[in-house]
Amino acid sequence: MAQFRLPANSRIKKGKHFTAAEGATRPQRFAVYRYDPDSGENPRIDTYDIDMDSCGPMVLDVLIKIKNEIDPTLTFRRSCREGICGSCAMNIDGGNTLACTKSVESVSGDVKIYPLPHMSVVKDLVPDLTKFYAQYASIKPWLQTRTPAPPDSERLQSKAEQELINEPAACILCACCSTSCPSYWWNSDRYLGPAALLASYRWLVDSRDEATGERLDELEDPFRLYRCHTIMNCTNTCPKGLNPAKAIAETKKMLADRQH
Amino acid sequence: MSLRSPLGRVLGLGSAKDGTGHWWAQRVSSIGLLLLGTWFLLSLLQLESFTYPSVAAFVAEPWNAILMILMVGTIAYHSKLGIQVVIEDYVSGSALKISMLLLSSFAHVLVAFAAAYSILMISLGAGA
Repeated sequence: MAQFRLPANSRIKKGKHFTAAEGATRPQRFAVYRYDPDSGENPRIDTYDIDMDSCGPMVLDVLIKIKNEIDPTLTFRRSCREGICGSCAMNIDGGNTLACTKSVESVSGDVKIYPLPHMSVVKDLVPDLTKFYAQYASIKPWLQTRTPAPPDSERLQSKAEQELINEPAACILCACCSTSCPSYWWNSDRYLGPAALLASYRWLVDSRDEATGERLDELEDPFRLYRCHTIMNCTNTCPKGLNPAKAIAETKKMLADRQH
Repeated sequence: MSLRSPLGRVLGLGSAKDGTGHWWAQRVSSIGLLLLGTWFLLSLLQLESFTYPSVAAFVAEPWNAILMILMVGTIAYHSKLGIQVVIEDYVSGSALKISMLLLSSFAHVLVAFAAAYSILMISLGAGA
């Protein structure tokens, strides 16, 4: 059966508290999930009071400040710090989003920072995304054609055709959507999840791709595609403002279209 | 612990090439239920009273009985499709899952036939 309670060694304990520096003018409290598998201890919540007058405005700025100045063992992924690499996806204030584009001001009260939900945790805020990437690889995210490429030019698209792939191609694979989806929580061993399905849709509507039928064949499965029950958490949480739920609905319509 | 590659695990047994029929049937049966449910509600509102003779007289009309049997059949079918999804969502052990799916199918068919039989009995006057 689906498991609704965390195993005993995953239950979260109270952790350490770090007070703000002397003379802090604008203190803000951050509650951060900490887990170190090598210690053999349960996960804990450490709290940090940070003076926002000596820190950048985004949650990622705070995490970097904590790591640099307070606790170098705090572990998280980050790279571009401008919302295009997708590395710093985490659960902030109860929603999955990118730490680099989430402002501290947009949260009222203590800022709670957890790793992406329902994933194995490697350390602190770093989830294991191995399966997530394998799901992306499984949809063959590349152009498949039988017509050889023109010898002297690119494969051309009309402007209207290009616009179809504009939005789905803007996905940065941060995994916010898939890890917000209850269906993905319960059945990610067989359900591909919104991110992989949005990526698949990007190739389904690419006018240059000639494997549409084979792609639909591979998706047509009670679990791979049809575990989506249109809950829409994916669209709600996407930090890039994309709409995976609509892409999945359109994919289902394509499958219905070829039967009638 | 398995040493199978992550991609191998995701690909698993491959696509079942199935599911669109189920998805379509859920939508078609819900349209049917909208129509039949509206008809049934309006019919109930037009009944003189909710006493047994008044309701039995309604059910005795052939078209009323036919539509009611159609309605309970559609309800059972739609419910069977929905419960199937719930079981597939939340039950992961293969043996338990298959048993529950079978139980649900049988129960739905049983309820549908029992309801149809009851309507027929009342409609043909055998229950009076």
